[in-house]
Order: sequence, then C-alpha cells, then structure tokens
Amino acid sequence: MLAYLIRRLGQSVLVMSVMATIVFFGLYMVGNPVDLLINPEDDLAAQEAAIARLGLDQPILVQFWHFLQGVVQGDLGTSFVHNQPALELILSRLPATLELAAFAMLLAVIIGIPLGMFAGLYPKSPVSKGIMAGSILGFSTPNFWQGLMLIMLFAVFWRVLPAGGRGETAELFGIPFSFLTLDGLQHLFLPALNIAIYKISLVIRLSQAGTAEVSLQDYVKYARARGLSTRRIVGTHILKNILIPIVTVLGLELGSVLAFAVVTETVFSWPGMGKLLIDSIGLLDRPVVVAYLMLTVFLFVVINLVVDLVYSLLDPRIRTKGKNA
Amino acid sequence: MSAAVETPFRRLVSEFSTSPVAVGAGIAVVLIILAATFAEFVVPQNPYDLASLNILDGSLPPMSEGFEGNYYLLGTDEQGRDMFSAMIYGLRTSLLVSFIAVTSAVLIGMTLGMFAAWRGGWVESLIMRIVDIQLSFPALLVALILLAILGKGVDKVIIALIMIQWAYFARTTRGAALSEIRKDYVMAARCTALGQMRILFRHVLPNCLPPVIVIATVQIANAIAIEASLSFLGVGVPITEPSLGLLISNGFGYLLSGRYWISFYPGIALLLTLTCINLVGDQMRDVLNPRLHK
Repeated sequence: MLAYLIRRLGQSVLVMSVMATIVFFGLYMVGNPVDLLINPEDDLAAQEAAIARLGLDQPILVQFWHFLQGVVQGDLGTSFVHNQPALELILSRLPATLELAAFAMLLAVIIGIPLGMFAGLYPKSPVSKGIMAGSILGFSTPNFWQGLMLIMLFAVFWRVLPAGGRGETAELFGIPFSFLTLDGLQHLFLPALNIAIYKISLVIRLSQAGTAEVSLQDYVKYARARGLSTRRIVGTHILKNILIPIVTVLGLELGSVLAFAVVTETVFSWPGMGKLLIDSIGLLDRPVVVAYLMLTVFLFVVINLVVDLVYSLLDPRIRTKGKNA
Repeated sequence: MSAAVETPFRRLVSEFSTSPVAVGAGIAVVLIILAATFAEFVVPQNPYDLASLNILDGSLPPMSEGFEGNYYLLGTDEQGRDMFSAMIYGLRTSLLVSFIAVTSAVLIGMTLGMFAAWRGGWVESLIMRIVDIQLSFPALLVALILLAILGKGVDKVIIALIMIQWAYFARTTRGAALSEIRKDYVMAARCTALGQMRILFRHVLPNCLPPVIVIATVQIANAIAIEASLSFLGVGVPITEPSLGLLISNGFGYLLSGRYWISFYPGIALLLTLTCINLVGDQMRDVLNPRLHK
C-alpha cells in the first residue's frame, strides 16, 4: 500500500512538472504581453522600467528558474494585469466556482434520481420513455448553446431570472456566497442548471439501469412478500442499493465540472476561476494561465488519487494485486 | 460475385438497417454532409461575399422578405447575412475541422497503439502511461490550454483536437491488437516468415478496425462539439472562417435584445448533427460488437 502510494505521488509530481514546463515555454512563444501592458505614450525609460518590474527583460531560462523557485515556495508569479499574486487571484475566485459546482451536483441528484427511479420502476409508461429520450437530448446538447437558450427563455422571454452575474452575496466564514441571499440564489440557479443538465441525464441513466436491475433481486421480492409499503421498498431497499455507482460516477465527474464551468461561467458572466482563465488567455496574462493550469492539474491529481485510494479500500482485490506486483 | 453472397459489408448494412431510427439518422448525416460539401449550390447567398449582402436587410426575423424581395427562411444577422446560408457554410467548417482531426488522430493513435501492443516492454508502458494521464483530464480543458499556447486558427484547432483524441484510439487499438496478436492466424503468418510490418498491417490491423470505427464515429461528434465550444470561447477558428460555434457566439450579443434567431438556428443545426452522428454511432456499436452476435 505504501509503495503504491509513493509510486502514485511520484508520478503526480512528474506530471505536474512536465505540464508546468510545457505551458511555461509554450506560452512564452505566444505574443508579447509587453505590447498590451505598457502605455505606448510613456517614454523609453519608463517602458523599460515597467518591463524590468515584470521581469520580462531577463533571458527565458532565467525567468523559468525564477518561476521554479517560486513554485517550490508556493508562489506562482504575479498577474501582469491585476498586479496581485496569481495563485491568490485564482483562489479568490475558487469559492464562486465551487459554489456553482456544488449546487449543480445537488440539482443533478435531487432531479436525476427520482426521474431515473421512476423510469426504472415503470419502464413501459410513456412518461418513462419521455424521461429517457430527454436524457439523450441532455447528453447531446452543446453546453454553451444550452446556456444561451436558458438565458433566452428565462431572462429574455419570460423575464423571471437574471441573465448573468453573481447577484448579492453574503459572507460566511469571511467568504462571499450567493446562495445565502434570495437575489444570489436567483443568479445561481440558471448557471447551475446549465452545468447540471448533463449530470442529470447521467444520473437518470444510472438510476434507471440500477433500479431495473435491483427490482428483480430476491430481497426486493421478499420485501414485497412481507407486505412492506411500496414507499418503503423503493425508498430504502432499492434507493440504498443504486446509490453506490451514482456516488462513484459523480465523484469522478467532479473534475469535469471544473472544465464545463469554464463554458458556463463565460456564458453567464459568473466571476469564477473559469471566467478568469478565459479573460487571462485573452489578455496574455501568462502567470495566471500557468497558475490556473498548475492548480487544476493539482486538483485532478488529488481527485484521481483519492478515487483510487477509496477503490482500494472498498475492493480488496486491488490491494492484493499491488502486493504481488 | 452473385447477389446472394454475403460479404461482410452487406451483412453490416443489413444489420444496421434493423433500427429505423438509426437509418433515419444515417440518412440525415449523409444529407448534412452533402449540404455542407456542396454549400455553394444549396444556399441562396454566399454569406462571406460582402457584395452580396444588403445592409438594408439587417436583423430580419425568420421567414421575412428582404428589401429586394429576397426570402430569408431563418432571418438575417446585423449585416443582412442570410442565417441559413451562414449556417450551412459554418457546418462545412465544423465538419471539415473535425473530420481532418479525427482521421489524423485515428492514424496516429492506431500506429502508436499497434506499436505498443507489438513491442511491449518499456515502449508499451511509456505510451500507455501517457494515454492514461492524458485521458484523466477533461478533453475541453486540455484543448483550451493547448490553444492558449498555440493561438487561434483553423490549423491550430485541428492540432489541438488531434492531440486530445489520439489517446482514445491508441488505447482501443492496443486492447484489440493485444488479443489479436495471440491468435493462431498471427502465429501461422509468422511461420510463413512474412515480414513483421506485413503481419502487423495486413493481418492484425484489419481485425482491430471494428472498435476503432465505433470510437471514431462518436469522436467526430465530440470533435464537432469541442470545436464549437472553443470557437464560442473565442480561442477557436478565426472570424474569417466561422464555424457553427462562432455563429452562435456572434448571436449571443443580440440574444438579450430578443433577436434570438442568430444563435438559435445554428445551435439547432449543431444539436441535430451531433444527435444524428451519436445515434449512428450507437447502432454501429451494436452491429460491430462481436459479443452480441453469439
């Protein structure tokens, strides 16, 4: 187990270093941020001073060396545009993205599981067929266009929900959150729904297949024979048994929410990490792009590691395999 | 060859036809490809020839008649561009980009996957580790970072799509090739002292194709969706060669003022294309899956 853990950690560090190197040198070849950041009406001395302040006058290898030194100390450089440490800037946007992701996951579970269980319990009903067809549509619809259509319906035609922004926030533990105010909740709903629709389709599929399978098991038949109410059979015996695969898949999907948050945040002007990344790419704000990448790779490495570890805890076969190898 | 002989291709066609939905989707895909390929002959206007645009016809809603009597089925954008024409041209860019990308990814992925299965050892470990690591990140995020490095442009988008898709084909091909290489016919071919390359490409490769074809169909839909998302985010194709994603992005600005059609119809075209390709892919998977035949 320990050897496995060490090997996985070593691999993770390697992945992060390779990614950081590729992105650092890759971004260096694209455009010159100096053109965007310096006031062209300044005199030459002022321009040179600004370049020196950003560290852009050094040879690239020296810049890379400074970058590496910083990384080891947890300093991922300073944003050219915001003049603020890049990591701090991204972390300040992190709560908004996490709030969106958590709310989307919640929607996926509370909408997806009942619909999927219904389709699994009554497979012949036209409602079930409608639910399953809808889930196919939910898989195929491009996320960004779906967001536009939600804005069109709810904000332009019906005028019931705002089209973008984060709304009024309230602080909890010193961090602003939208879900604590009514206005914030209204702003949160559409972007969260936009991320959730794909997950809802996924949860519908999983719970429909699970329910159809579990309903045929002997313990469900036995529960029926004992005369338990349908509500108790469905709510306890079936629900508990279909939850395992749903929890696993949703855990794995947590990472992809980060990726789709980039699209959704752009559509709904939600001030999270994803919007920051797109803005920074546009402005050639190199340190922020590199820091975003490092943080995302780090998050993914952690998620994958945790999933693997949980698996090896749940399934003893994986552990024994590691021992033999 | 007489009509009664069952060739693998005929069997494939007849098994594919068992699902009317898949056949309908297949016909729709063919029509979409034809319309996009022969866009010049299908649409009433060349949307990128500025001389053919009439600014007086700007922002007309769908099914309206223009100043000079032109009929605009799906309305026009700000510059008087017929949305139907723009959509078909956009479809062409979207299809072309994803088709080139997936074809190249198939070639690269299959070669590396076969090579890994054949050589084994550290070569295989190295290739498959790279595949594992790459597939543990969402494709859209990898593409976004690649384009942040590469910059904008049709060629750049194609490179990014190839780089995120080759891994699927490498993994699939290696899996199929590993089980094929152990079979007797490969042993027999080795006994006849055929060259390694000949065995690999003439004997093993054709037998690895079915799963690759299925993945390729689904990946074309994925490539179209990713390209559209990237163009929407402003890191994809340039404004001079707009794809469906860019058209939708352009319409975003007009959406809030109620001119919904500029974003709506290209999106419907995108959704239709993706759904039809996915339905065809689903049926292909059922037909080509050997486990379902037995």
